Formats: sequence, structure tokens, C-alpha cells
Amino acid sequence: MATADIKVHTEAHHDDHGHDHEHHGNFWTNYIFCQDHKVIAKQFLITGMAWALIGGILSVIFRLQLGFPDASLEWLRPVLGGWITPEGKIDSEFYLALVTMHGTIMVFFVLTAGLSGTFSNFLIPLQVGARDMASGFMNMLSYWFFFLSSAFMFTSLFISTGPAGGGWTIYPPLSALPQAIQGSGLGMTLWLISMALFIVSTLLGGINYITTIINMRTQGMSFTRMPLTIWAFFFTAIIGLLSFPVLFGAALLLIFDRSFGTSFFLSDIYIAGEALPNVGGSPILFQHLFWFLGHPEVYIVLLPALGITSEIIATNSRKPIFGYKAMVGSMLFIAILSFVVWAHHMFVTGMNPFLGSIFTLLTLIIAVPSAVKIFNYVTTLWKGNIRFTSAMLFSIGLVSFFLTGGITGLFLGNSAVDIQLHDTYFVVAHFHLVMGSASFFGMIAGIYHWFPKFFGRMMDERLGAVHFWITFVGVYMVFFPMHYIGIAGFPRRYYSWTNFETFSSFADLNMLVSIAAVVTLGAQFIFLFNFFYSIWRGRVAPANPWGSTTLEWTTPRHPGHGNWPGEIPHVYRWPYDYSKPGAKEDYIPQTVPYSETPESNLPHENELVKLEMGNSGAIIPDDKRH
Amino acid sequence: MATGEMKIVEEPKKVLTMHPKKFALWLFMASVLMLFASWTSAYIVRQAEGNWVFFELPVLFYYSTAIIVISSVTMQLGYWAAKRNQFDKVRSLVLATTILGVLFLAGQVMGWAQLVGNSIYFVGNPSGSFVYVITGVHGLHILSAIIFLLVVLNSASKKRIHSGNLAQMEMCTTYWHFLGFLWVYLFIFMLINR
Ligand code: HEM
Ligand SMILES: [Cu+2]
Repeated sequence: MATADIKVHTEAHHDDHGHDHEHHGNFWTNYIFCQDHKVIAKQFLITGMAWALIGGILSVIFRLQLGFPDASLEWLRPVLGGWITPEGKIDSEFYLALVTMHGTIMVFFVLTAGLSGTFSNFLIPLQVGARDMASGFMNMLSYWFFFLSSAFMFTSLFISTGPAGGGWTIYPPLSALPQAIQGSGLGMTLWLISMALFIVSTLLGGINYITTIINMRTQGMSFTRMPLTIWAFFFTAIIGLLSFPVLFGAALLLIFDRSFGTSFFLSDIYIAGEALPNVGGSPILFQHLFWFLGHPEVYIVLLPALGITSEIIATNSRKPIFGYKAMVGSMLFIAILSFVVWAHHMFVTGMNPFLGSIFTLLTLIIAVPSAVKIFNYVTTLWKGNIRFTSAMLFSIGLVSFFLTGGITGLFLGNSAVDIQLHDTYFVVAHFHLVMGSASFFGMIAGIYHWFPKFFGRMMDERLGAVHFWITFVGVYMVFFPMHYIGIAGFPRRYYSWTNFETFSSFADLNMLVSIAAVVTLGAQFIFLFNFFYSIWRGRVAPANPWGSTTLEWTTPRHPGHGNWPGEIPHVYRWPYDYSKPGAKEDYIPQTVPYSETPESNLPHENELVKLEMGNSGAIIPDDKRH
Repeated sequence: MATGEMKIVEEPKKVLTMHPKKFALWLFMASVLMLFASWTSAYIVRQAEGNWVFFELPVLFYYSTAIIVISSVTMQLGYWAAKRNQFDKVRSLVLATTILGVLFLAGQVMGWAQLVGNSIYFVGNPSGSFVYVITGVHGLHILSAIIFLLVVLNSASKKRIHSGNLAQMEMCTTYWHFLGFLWVYLFIFMLINR
């Protein structure tokens, strides 16, 4: 009753939406060139999942090589063809290409486009109460640029010289000189084209997200009433808007160096005894430009996942999020700091040691807002009425990875320590936990949680729990041993260590890691089955399956174009009124006015109601509001 | 239509909003600014490493700078005319801006010819390559703005720009001023850091 009266205005009021698209329109306008944010979100989701599968399979292929250096990989010949050497090993240059593609795919295609593209698109209009994004057309373009970019990257996997092989960071001169390795030929060109398109897609998307959040909020959705998901997407989009153009600039200069003969990054290079004509360039310059994007990028990957889990943890602990303002503040602080720490990736480039200690200091400061966030997650969970849904399990998993991976960041952030650990498996362990696994878990948690809104059905919770436990244990088994391997001195991007006698004592550990990687990847098929089975056969979802307070759950089971059939609901309170003392239920949706909940109002909220009545006679009968 | 019983609720707080398209334009300009900021910083970082060829900027760049500044003035006058519903004036001022924009581009290209005459090529020491990249990409943005101007010119000829419908004109003016200021910044930057 309390909430029902808000939506019963029968005169459908299509604000800025003169026409209902969903009724007329064909396959092309409804599914392919659709401008509805929900369809675009699903396009990003499915494409992102396909990329995740490819990226995961690539990692398992090279893990087989690393874990079982003596085994014959002859059985992969039907798929990899000439990339398997006559001895049955993976070609060493192709190994580098695999690592490069794996990193690029995971960071950009899965955890940037797949994560932000899916959830920013889906949740921003639904949670701030808007009919659609500010510009549906730009939003559609954003997806199709991403698709085109994907097509280029995918094609590069199949060309005869193989995909780019210079690492996801594409440092010149390696990446600039086609003579250097095969992967720096056509593969690198395709990589650069693909990433240029990708950046356009990200900027189109980001401009839309920010504009929508600032300008299209429904009545009552003040900044302090926005769910933390929205805050996270907001900061993510701003970081992207400021950092991706820099990568674009770097990539463009690299293209000129590769194809037009300029010398921005090249100088005094001899290949096979012959001097190249390039003089006056600086490869370190590229690293500065790259990491000015590269470090913010890790937060572009992580922040949406943190936002998603804030929402899920509060909902499933049935408690208000602890320290809402501290959460927003720490995200803001992280966003700002992310732009001034990039040189911690460059401690061993011959940097002035004094500059190194400044970047060490700035880097370590990031630990403070990060710790605030972890503290707030734990205190939200503390004494909550926890419901271990699959989404909740994955969110708790994220908190765990964020902590264990974040702690090693304190080691690596020290310039003195990093000189020893740089480019070893310690780094691989660190970033896979804090960025890779944490964000990946956030994304999976989001899919479990919002699946009912995506497809109107529920995913299977038991399969979800199985998926969680295998993946959670698997991830630790894969990445935890890498710390030891790294401290022992194993360098990353090496295709084989069998030539180093000292490393042979770690052969067992490497084998364990590889087996765990195969099992972890295998567990993802449980998820895929659950996902696709549930789209068609899952239990039909109730309107508000998790008892959430946010606006998306006030839409119909299958929201049409425009999201709410009637008027857009208004918002009267923050999104975390869970288990409020005195309230009838353990949650109060954002659409319920304070005047309807006198039993649970806090004194200052009662003041608010009185104030509204007192000044300007703002009190109005609900059914005459318009 | 009616809810049966009458409910009394407090009024929801109003939220602050802006024109979404204008806002999006500002965001776009921020990202363009970041692109050029990255190149000018790269320029300084690279220059500090030495091995930097010194040369004079082409004289034509001074002329094109003057042209772009004048074009900002015509554009602003056009905007004020639109506010006052002076249709013909809007049209001729937007047209003037477009022509000045094309002249600016021509000036930049001829400036390149002067550079080449001076033996400063795109391929060579980065000090020259940077000038080509910065002017070239700025020129591409000017090109996009000229297309925008043509769209506005078209609406202006159809008398669709007036005090009641200013958004397009306003956005075009903003973008044009932005690119003008951007050029002045880039030019002064290159003058100071040769
Ligand atoms: C099945 C799960 C995964 C496994 C087994 C795995 C394993 C690996 C391994 C062994 C490397 C090579 C290290 C080297 O030789 O330098 C690597 C590189 C990398 N991985 Fe993963 N990874 C997984 C998932 C992810 C995810 C989810 C991300 C997302 C951030 C990610 C991002 C990267 C990056 C950025 C690199 C560096 C690529 C480069 O050196 O250019 N990985 N991964
Ligand atoms: Cu970093």
C-alpha cells in the first residue's frame, strides 16, 4: 500500500518519449541497432563474456606450457597449427603473443568494456530514474565502435604473423619495429587500430554516463541519495574521460613511428649491425604516456566492481552501508590519486631516486582510502543478517582479494623493494588478485544480482555456490604460489625456465598452479551453463527478489523502452534504509516518502517532513501532483 | 487516475540539471584538452632530454592566429545576433566565421609548406614532428568544427536559429571559442618552448 500509490497514475506520461519503440520495430531496430540502454548493456555483457572466455582459454594454454615444460602439446596442433613447434612446444614468440592478447583482452575488453559497458549502461538510467541515457544514439555508437574494435583484435589472432607480442603495455622500441619480432608486424598494427576504436567507444560511453548521472536524475535523487554503484560509475567515467585521450595520443605517436618513420620513441637502434635512421626519440617518454593512462586504468577496472559490491553487500547484510560518505569520499580520493602515481611502474627506468621516493609516498597514500573501503565493507557485514546469495558470496570474495592483493601493493609501491620484485611473478600475483580477480568477482557478482532485472528470471543459487567455491579456492591456488615464485626471482614474460638450474625446485609449484588454472577455468562453464539455461528456463523472478531499496526494482519484470510504464517514480530517501528500527519491513524503498513512515523516522527526518509542510506549503496531495 | 484515497506526501527535492547536450560538449572538450595536454607535456619531457633541433615557427602561423581570433569575434557577434533574432546578420556572421575557419586551415597548410622549405620535415628530429602532429590534429578538430558551422549555417538560412532556439548556435559558439583558445595556447606554448 505504502508504495503502490506512487505508480498508479493511469495516464501514461511519456515525458520526453513521444513514441513507444517496443511495439513496432523489427529485429534490426530491436536487437542490433537498438538505442535502448538495456539492450546495449546486454550487447556489452554478451560480447564481454565471449572475450572473457577467449582470454581465459589463452591463459590456460600458456599455463600448460609453463607448468608442464616437458609435456607434448602436439594435441593443440589442430587449433594452433604452425604455432606448435616440431618438438611439440608452443612457439616462443607465439607465447609472447598469447600473453599480450590475454592481458589486453582481460584489461580492456572484459573488465573495461564488459564491466563498465554492461553495468553503467544498465544501472545508471534504472537507478537514477531516467527513461534512457542522455543520448541513445551515442550509446549505440559506443557499442558498435567496441564491436568493430573487437573485430580487429579478433582478426589479429588468426593472421600468419600472429597477434601483437610486445606485452599489453606495448613498449617501444619492441612494439615499434616490425623487424624485432613477428608480433610487431601486422599484429601490432591491428592492435593499434583496435585500441584507437576502443578509446572512441569508451569516450562516447563515458560522456554519456557522466551526462546522464548529472542531468537526468529523477525528482528527489540528490547526489547524497545516489546508490554507491552510481557514484562508482561516475568516477570511473571521469577517470576514463581524462586518461584515455592520453593513451590515444601515445598510440598515435607510436603509429607515426611505426608507419611514417618519425622518431618520437626511437633513437640509436642497431638491428643486425645496421643503424636505423631514427634519432632523437625517447622510449621512456612512451612509458610516461602509457602509464598516465595505465594506472588510472586499474581503477577504471576496479571502481565499478567496488560500487557493485557495496550495493550487494548492503542489500544482503540487510544493513545500511557503513560510512556512505566515507565510501564516496574514498572513491573520489582514489580517483584523484590515481593520476599522480603512474611512475611507480617505472622505478627501474633510471629515474631520479628522489623522484622515486615521491612516487612511493603518493602510492602508499592510496592505501588509506582503500583501507577505509575494506573497513566499511567489513563493518557493514558485521552483525548483519547475512544472506549468502551467489552475488553476496562473490562480493565477499572481492573483499578478500582486494585485501590480499592490496597488501602486496604496499611492497611493490616502495621503490627500493620494487627494484628486486619488478617484472617477477610477484607482480603477476599482485595485479591478478587486486585488479584481475577482484574486478572479475565484482562483475560476476553483478551478473548474479541483476540477472532477474536483465532477463526476468533467476539464476540457480546452488550452482552459483558451487561456481563460487571452486573459483574462489582456485584463484588463490593459482595466484598465491606466484608470490613465492616471484620472490624466488622468476621473471614474467619468460616462456620457459628449464634452462635455469635454480628454478627447477619450483617445478612442482608451477605444475600445481597450472592444474588449478585449468580447474578454475573449467568452473566457469558451470556459470555459463547456469547463465544461458536460466535465460530461458530459470525460475520466474519476483518484482523485487532481493528486497532492495533502489529504483530499478520498481520497474516491471520486463521493463520496456522508457523503463517505467507510467511516470518516473520520485525519490524521498537514501538507498540504504535496511533494517531501520521501527520499520514494518526490513527495507524501505527509495520511493517511500518520510511522511508515510512516521514509525521509523529519525528525529531529523521528521524535521524534514515538517519543514516541507511549513515553508511554502509544499505539501501536496499525491494524486494531484502533476 | 485517482488513487482512491488521498495521500499527503512531502515534495521531493528538486535536482540540479543542465542541458544534456551542452554538458556532453563540455565533457568532449575536456577530453580533447587532455589529448593536447599530454602532447605538450610529452614535448617538455622530451625536450629536457636534449638532442633537440631548434627552428623558427613559420610566419604564417602568426597570421592564422590572427585569423582564428577574429573568427571568434565574428562567431560571438553571430551568437548575440541570434539572441536578438536578427536572422540575416546571424547568417552572414556564421558564414564569415566559416570562411575564416577555412582560411585558418589554409594558413596552417601553407605554414607546413614554409616548414618544409626550411628543411623541417615530419620525419626527423621530434622537435619538428611534434609541431606537425600538434598543428595537424588541431586542424582536424577545426575541420570538425567547420562541418558543425555548416550545419549551423544551414539552420540559419532556414531561419531556425533565434532566441527561442539557441542550443545549436550556443554549442557551436562554445566549440569554436574552445578551439580558438586551444590554438592560441598551443601557439604560445610552441613559441616559448622552442
Ligand atoms: C584463468 C585466470 C587467469 C590466469 C590463469 C592468468 C594467468 C596469467 C599468466 C600466467 C600471465 C603471464 C605472466 C607473464 O608471463 O608475464 C598473465 C598475464 C596477465 N594477465 Fe592473467 N590470468 C588470468 C586471468 C586474468 C584476469 C581476469 C586479468 C584481468 C585483469 C588478467 C590480466 C593479465 C595481465 C594484464 C597480464 C599481463 C600481460 C602482459 O604481460 O602483457 N589475467 N596471466
Ligand atoms: Cu599503478
